[in-house]
Amino acid sequence: MYRYTDFDEAFVRTRVAQFRDQVARRIDGSLTEDEFRPLRLMNGLYLQLHAYMLRVAIPYGTLNPDQMRQLAMIADRWDKGYGHWTTRQNIQFNWPKLEDVPDMLEALADVGMHAIQTSGNTIRNVTADHFAGAAADEIADPRPVAELLRQWSTDHPEFQFLPRKFKIAITGSPNDRAVTRAHDIGLRMVRNDAGEAGFEVIVGGGLGRTPMEGKVIRDFLPRADLLPYVEAVLAAYNLMGRRDNKYKARIKITVFENGIDSFHDAVEANFAKIRPRFTGVDQEILTAIEAQFAPPVFADRPEAPFDAAYATDPVFRAWADTNLAAHKAPGHAIVTVSFKAPGATPGDATSDQMRALADLAETYGYGELRISHEQNVILPHVHKADLPAVHAALKSAGIATANVGLVSDIIACPGMDYCALATARSIPIAQEIALRFEELQVEHEVGPLKIKISGCINACGHHHVGHIGILGLDRAGVENYQITLGGDHTERFAIGEKTGPGFPAEGIVPAIERLVLAYLDLREHREESFIETFRRLGMAPFKAALYDSEDRADAA
Amino acid sequence: MSRAFTPKVVTANRLLEGDAVWLTEDDRWSPDMAQAELIDDEAHAAIRLLHAQGQRDLVVGPYLADARAGTNGPEPVHFREAFRTRGPSNYAHGKQVEL
Ligand code: SF4
Repeated sequence: MYRYTDFDEAFVRTRVAQFRDQVARRIDGSLTEDEFRPLRLMNGLYLQLHAYMLRVAIPYGTLNPDQMRQLAMIADRWDKGYGHWTTRQNIQFNWPKLEDVPDMLEALADVGMHAIQTSGNTIRNVTADHFAGAAADEIADPRPVAELLRQWSTDHPEFQFLPRKFKIAITGSPNDRAVTRAHDIGLRMVRNDAGEAGFEVIVGGGLGRTPMEGKVIRDFLPRADLLPYVEAVLAAYNLMGRRDNKYKARIKITVFENGIDSFHDAVEANFAKIRPRFTGVDQEILTAIEAQFAPPVFADRPEAPFDAAYATDPVFRAWADTNLAAHKAPGHAIVTVSFKAPGATPGDATSDQMRALADLAETYGYGELRISHEQNVILPHVHKADLPAVHAALKSAGIATANVGLVSDIIACPGMDYCALATARSIPIAQEIALRFEELQVEHEVGPLKIKISGCINACGHHHVGHIGILGLDRAGVENYQITLGGDHTERFAIGEKTGPGFPAEGIVPAIERLVLAYLDLREHREESFIETFRRLGMAPFKAALYDSEDRADAA
Repeated sequence: MSRAFTPKVVTANRLLEGDAVWLTEDDRWSPDMAQAELIDDEAHAAIRLLHAQGQRDLVVGPYLADARAGTNGPEPVHFREAFRTRGPSNYAHGKQVEL
């Protein structure tokens, strides 16, 4: 994994020192809030409903055990003993005091981390497939390129005042786990007819107020052209993007209003100018970065302990069936550690759980950890023989829930329990849905189903791409929840359709229950998943289940 | 005749802690909304907001929020303001345990 160079180290330390000074000047009154606000946002510090919130970047979702332990230390020392994994592979601390933030940033710098560009109209943390470097279906590990993009975009003078924030996602696999079609730029590694690896470049995707599927602007970009091409896209957006209306400022609107063809022409014109300036230095840097992402030497040993536990321990078996994914190396598996125990806050990890994960990664996981946009933690490389021990340790840490990809593995943004922009709460809805399905005991029968909840139209909870999406709104001073169906974040990308009138807080859980039970009646066979059934039958039968029952009264 | 004025309180977040606070009649910032000054006159509300905006080394982002008279003092009208008096619903953190 990437280790900071002296340059990175000096850069981050300088920024901490600057921010320490800025905080001191804010506190002694020499800076007004108007002056200070952009400075704190540049360093990931928000002011939320009940407290400040510090958003720390976890570049492309990758952490090493020391970094994880440091996050635990920060949570204990300056917060309330926990942190929140976000849908952009960041971690948020919900209770820092203004005076403590410089020390928190200093502690992050000690382990090669920071909060730079986790806010503001800049290029944000580059997100990546959380199975990167491990997935069986992968062409190549996308993280070296993500790191190159991070270095290039950090403090890039041309892109510090973009019309609006800018998010890049990258995947090295044909199976899209990185939601590339809902990003300002999505990069999917593909092979051309000659078998060379390159990128499909997608622009103008996004969720939020105006959800749009990204459009392919280049179906095959050679790897060496990546940085100049991304720069060409950004330069076009920087000029053509609207600055008169914040709701029309994202690149998705730029592409939509100008049309993909004219946007494409502008990008290609820029590219022709920019490309010759890239003389290969970027590729030298990339080669050096790649060396740091060399895969570990995967142990070759018998899997017998796995088979024994699988045959005899039903709890282990249930967990193995839901929480493991195929690894590229023989004898290994990818472990998804669920942070979605029914009743728990999706994505919240206590400091003890963080330390337990750090220990597990060190002992059994080649020292690697990932945070997924689905708010879970990944141990990307675990030998199958070690899985019973890993499972036992997860059990004692309270994070052995066997529900990955199922009803209770819900994405939920912080919503109005924390977020100043929220129009309704999301967390309690997620908690209640998960608890209800635990009670019903049908989760494993139902199978793969993605529920995603946002507390406002900004869609941090990705509700548009949930198989079932839930959006919390304020309807005349009452929390109201609107349902969408049929969204998909993968390579079969789709934006969900609204079902009709929303439901009040007390009506939303029964409504979701009706939908899921209707699916069980409607599916052709056990293997037809919720989303497949929806694709086959469309909205009508689900709508009927939602609105035509005697519980109709709870639709508002 | 102008529309009836909904009573207001002046509220903000404290600069150092970031928590929600309300302006009292004697110009303090209280973490307890019940101690806030309930303002039922539009012109007076504007003056109190101006006063709050002048206290920029104590609080951030002061604004007027709808409120109503309760048994112990002003109470929130909107659910967002109610959450600000309590804290999050997923943990016993914030004012619900600190006050
Ligand atoms: S979706 Fe809205 S409520 Fe949820 S975190 Fe984003 S801005 Fe806040």
